[in-house]
Amino acid sequence: MASEQFFSEAISPWMQEGPGPEGDIALSTRVRLARNIEQYPFPVFASEEASATLLRYASSTLLNQSKEVGFLEALNMNELRPNERQVLVEKHLVSPYLIKNMAHSAVLLNNDESISIMVNEEDHLRLQCLSNGMQLEECYNEADRLDDWAEANLTYAFDERLGYLTSCPTNVGTGMRASVMVHLPALVWTNQLSRILPAIHQIGLVVRGIYGEGSEALGNLFQISNQMTLGKSEKDIIEDLRGVVMQVIQRERHARESLLSSSRIKLEDRVFRSYGILAYSRTMTTKEAANRLSDVRLGIDLDLIKGISGNILNELMLLTQPGFLEQYAGESLTQEEADIRRASVIRERIKLEL
Amino acid sequence: MICQNCGQRPASLHYTKIVNGAKTELHLCEECAKEQGESSETEHSFMSAAGGYTIQDLLSDLLNMDQPSTTGNAGKKQPKKANTTRPLTCDNCGLTYKQFTQSGRLGCAHCYHAFESKLTPVFRRVHSGNTHHTGKVPKHRHEKLYAQRELEEKRRQINIFVQNEEFEKAAELRDEIRALEKQFQGREEDS
Repeated sequence: MASEQFFSEAISPWMQEGPGPEGDIALSTRVRLARNIEQYPFPVFASEEASATLLRYASSTLLNQSKEVGFLEALNMNELRPNERQVLVEKHLVSPYLIKNMAHSAVLLNNDESISIMVNEEDHLRLQCLSNGMQLEECYNEADRLDDWAEANLTYAFDERLGYLTSCPTNVGTGMRASVMVHLPALVWTNQLSRILPAIHQIGLVVRGIYGEGSEALGNLFQISNQMTLGKSEKDIIEDLRGVVMQVIQRERHARESLLSSSRIKLEDRVFRSYGILAYSRTMTTKEAANRLSDVRLGIDLDLIKGISGNILNELMLLTQPGFLEQYAGESLTQEEADIRRASVIRERIKLEL
Repeated sequence: MICQNCGQRPASLHYTKIVNGAKTELHLCEECAKEQGESSETEHSFMSAAGGYTIQDLLSDLLNMDQPSTTGNAGKKQPKKANTTRPLTCDNCGLTYKQFTQSGRLGCAHCYHAFESKLTPVFRRVHSGNTHHTGKVPKHRHEKLYAQRELEEKRRQINIFVQNEEFEKAAELRDEIRALEKQFQGREEDS
C-alpha cells in the first residue's frame, strides 16, 4: 500500500524506534542549546548582509566538519516549497520563527533527524537533539558533544560571568532548554494536574499544553521544561527536571491504576468509543483527532486494546497535521477537505495495524 | 460558536489566557488559529500555538512595567527627560533600550554590558536572582575558566566518594586533582 511507505517516510527515524524508556507516558525528549558566534550581530536586528554572511560562514564551516558528527545535510528555508517548510515545523526540526524569517535561514539535519541545527533563528545557532521516551541525560550528552564539536570550529559569544550570550536574556547562561513530552490523560480526567502544576512552577520548571499554556491541553499532551538558564549548571538542570518528570510519571501511573479499579467500565467505554470513531469516521477535526487518539493510546497502555502499537498516538498526531495532510494529498486543502483527509489517514493507519 | 477572528467559520479551538490576573478568552477556527500560531513563536509546541503567551512576551511585559511613562501619559513626562539624557543605546550595534523592551531581544553580545543596570532586575525575576553562570565553559577559548570548573567538579565528586566510603576512587581522584592544581599554578605563573 502506498500509504504505508508515505507514513514511514514521514516519521523521523528516531521516532520509529518504538517506545523509549518510560515510553508508556513519556513520548519524547528534547534538549536545545542556543549559541551565538563572536563578533556577529544577533539575527533579530542584523542587516540582510550580515545575516547572509553569517549563514554562509556558519553552514559551510559546520558542513565541512560534519563527518565527525555523522554527516549533516543543509536545507535553506527559502529554497523549500511552503508545504515542505510546514512539514519541518510539524516534525519539530525547525521552529515557526525560522520559516517566518527565512530569507537567510537554514537547518542542518543528520540522517535519522535526531539532530537539527537551526542557523539564524533568533540566535545564530540552535543546536537540538531529539530522542524517544524519557532520555534526558542521553539527550543532553548528545547535545553537549554536538556543542563541543561546533565550538571547536567556531568561536562562541561567551562571557565569563554571564555564560553563553543569547539574543533573549531569558536564555542567557547555559542557553539550554530541556523538555520532555508526556501523555497525562488520567491526571487530567481526575483533575489532579491542576494541583500539581503550581508546585512544579515554583521550582523554575514550566508545564505547557500543546496548545499554549495552562492546564488544558490538546490530546492530554504536555511538555515539561526548564525555564531558568542562569545560575544552575546543565547537569543540575537536567537532574532537577528528571526528578520532577519521574514524579509526574509515577502520579500518572497511580491515577491510571485507580481509574481502572474504580471505574473500569466507564474507562473502557470511553476508550472503545474513541477507537470505533477513529476506525470508521469520515471527517475529523484536529482537536477531535487529538482527543480520540489520546483515549486510544491510554487503552493500549492499559492493555484494554490489544494488537496495536502505542506509537500510533505519536505518529498520528504528526500525520494528521495540516502540512502532512497536504503533502500526502499532493495539493493544498481547505479545512473541510483536510478534515476528510484526516479521517481517511487515521482509518488507513489503523488498518495497517490489524 | 463563530470564530472571533474571521466571523465566518465555526470556532473549533478555545483558549483561556491569564495575564497578570486578567483573563482573555479566544475562540478561533482552525484556519485562523493556524495563521495566528505562525505569527506567534513558541518552543517545542507540537502545533504552532495560537495566542500562546511565551516567556518572551512575559519578559517584554516585565520590561515595560519598569517604564510606565511609555504608556498613557508619555507626552507629559518625555520632554523633561529628553532634554537632559540621550536615550540609552548600545554603542556597538546601535540598538536602543526602547527597541529592546519592545522586542525582548538584544542586538549583539555587547548589549549585555550596555544595558547591564537594566538587565539585573530582569535576571532577578526570570532566573531567580542568579547573575552568574555556573555551567559549561567553551574549552577552546576560555581554557583557564574551563580548567577551574573541571577542578571544582572533581572536588565535588571527591566528597561524594568519601561520603560513600569509596576510598580507592577518592584517592585516584585526589591524585588527578593535585596534578591539575599543579598545571593550573604553572599556567598562572606563566601568564
